[in-house]
Amino acid sequence: MSCAFECRMARFAYITMKKGNTLFFKTRPRVRSYAAVCGSKEKEGVIGGYADVTLSDDMYGESTYEKAECKMLSAAVSLAVEKSGLTDGDIDVLFSGDLLNQIISASFAARDFQFPFLGLYSACSTMSEGMLLSAVLVDGGFAVNCVAATGSHFASAERQYRYPLELGCTRPPQSQWTVTGAGACVVSRGAGNIAINSATLGRVRDWGVTDVNNMGAAMAPAAADTILRHFEDTGRGPEDYDMIITGDLGALGSRILKDLMWEKGCDVSDNHVDCGEIVYNVIEDEFQGGSGAGCSAVVMNSYIFTKMDAGLYKRVLFAATGALLSTVSSGQGESIPGISHAVEFERLPPAKE
Amino acid sequence: MTDSARRGNINYLEYVRSLEPSTKHFKNCLSAFGVGGLICVIGQFFRYMLGFAGLSGDELAGAVSVVLIFLGCFLTGLGVYDRIGRHAGAGSIVPITGFANSVTSPAIEFRTEGYIFGTAAKMFTVAGAIIVYGVFSGVMVGIIYYFL
Repeated sequence: MSCAFECRMARFAYITMKKGNTLFFKTRPRVRSYAAVCGSKEKEGVIGGYADVTLSDDMYGESTYEKAECKMLSAAVSLAVEKSGLTDGDIDVLFSGDLLNQIISASFAARDFQFPFLGLYSACSTMSEGMLLSAVLVDGGFAVNCVAATGSHFASAERQYRYPLELGCTRPPQSQWTVTGAGACVVSRGAGNIAINSATLGRVRDWGVTDVNNMGAAMAPAAADTILRHFEDTGRGPEDYDMIITGDLGALGSRILKDLMWEKGCDVSDNHVDCGEIVYNVIEDEFQGGSGAGCSAVVMNSYIFTKMDAGLYKRVLFAATGALLSTVSSGQGESIPGISHAVEFERLPPAKE
Repeated sequence: MTDSARRGNINYLEYVRSLEPSTKHFKNCLSAFGVGGLICVIGQFFRYMLGFAGLSGDELAGAVSVVLIFLGCFLTGLGVYDRIGRHAGAGSIVPITGFANSVTSPAIEFRTEGYIFGTAAKMFTVAGAIIVYGVFSGVMVGIIYYFL
C-alpha cells in the first residue's frame, strides 16, 4: 500500500470516525473478558451472584483499607487477564484509576503487573473513561489487548472525603454509600461477544450544586448532556437501547436525570438503570444507593456483562458519572463539577463468533 | 458565568431542593431526647454510686466525667458508638461521651499512619473545633459575667 493511499484512507477514516464528540470504532473492539471483586455489603445485593470474588472481610486480609482497595483492584485485573486466556505479556496497557489522592490504589496495584500503566482520574466515571481509551487504542491499531479497571473502598473513601468511620454522626437522607469493590475488563481486537461500537466524550458540567452529600444532583446534568449528545451524534433514541446505564446517580440523581432528559424531549424512564440505585438492597444507611468508582465498575463487570454475554441485552449504553470534587474545593465553597463518558456496547449475534 | 446561566442554576437548585428527602425532625428529636436522656441517667447513676463511695463536690463531678469518657471511648473502640450516633444524632454527640467519641475515632482511624503523625496528630481533627470554640465561648461568657 502506497503512502499516499494510506494518507487518503486516514483522512477518510478521520471524517467518518467522529461526529460531534462521539467516536465510532470501525474495528469494533471487543470486551474479551471481565472480572469483579466486591465487598461483604455488596454481596447481599444484586451483584453478589455475579461477582468473581466476594469478600467476607472488607480488610481483605490486609492491615489498612487502602491496601485492601489496592489488593481488590489488583485481583480484579489479574482475574480479568486470567479469564481472557492471555498472559501478562499479551497486554499492551492498563488504564486504571481510583478515588484516593494521587490514585495510589491504581498505581500501587500496577506494581504487580508486567505491562505498562496509564493512570486516570475521572472520579466515578473512571470505568467508562478507561473502556473508551482502551477502545481508542485498540481501534487505532496501537494496542491489541488493553485492560480498563477501577475500584473503590467504603472505608478509605469515608476517611478521605468525610469523617472517621467510628465517629457517631448522622448521614443525611440524600447521601450515598461508597461501594467496596473493583472491576476490570480486557478490551481486545477480535475476540469476544460484546463489541464496543462507539463512545461519547463527556463535557464537564457544573450547575452550581455545592452539597457534597448530594452528588447525584451534581452529576445528573453531565449525564444528561452526554447521553443527549450521544443520541444526537448517532441519530438514535432511547428506544434503540435495551438499557441506558448510568454510574452512581443514586435514586435521587436518577429521578433528576429522567426529568432533565424528558425536558429535552427524550424519555428514558423505561430503560434507564442506575448502578448506584440497584447495587444495594437498601436496609441500613445507603439511602440513595451506592456511589464511588467501584460502583459502576462492579455492576458492569459482573451483572451487566454476564447478562449481555447470555444474550439478554443486545445494545447497552453505559454512561458512568463522576463528581470532580476534592475536600479542598468543597471546603472552599466551590460547586461540584460533574462529568460523564458514554460507551456503547453491542452483543454480537452468535453466528459471527 | 453569564447571568442567564446563573438564573438557570438557581432554577435547577430550587428544583433539586424540592426533590430532596426531608429530614425527619420529629423522629430525630425523639431519639435524640431518648438516647441523650439515657446517657444522663447513666451519668446520674454513677454519681449516686460514687457518692456512696465517699466522693463529693468537684471530685465527684470529675469522677463521673471520667467514667462517662471511658465508656464513650470504650464503645467507640468496640465499634458501637457510631451505630448509636447514627440513630441518636445530637443525643449522643452533645454529652461528654460524644466528645470522647470525636477524639477516639480519628485516633483509631489514623493509627495506620503511625503513633506520632497518625494517632497523636490527627486525634483532634474533629474535636479541635469543639475545643477552640468551647474555650472561646467560655471566655466570652466569662467576660459578660464579669461585667454583670
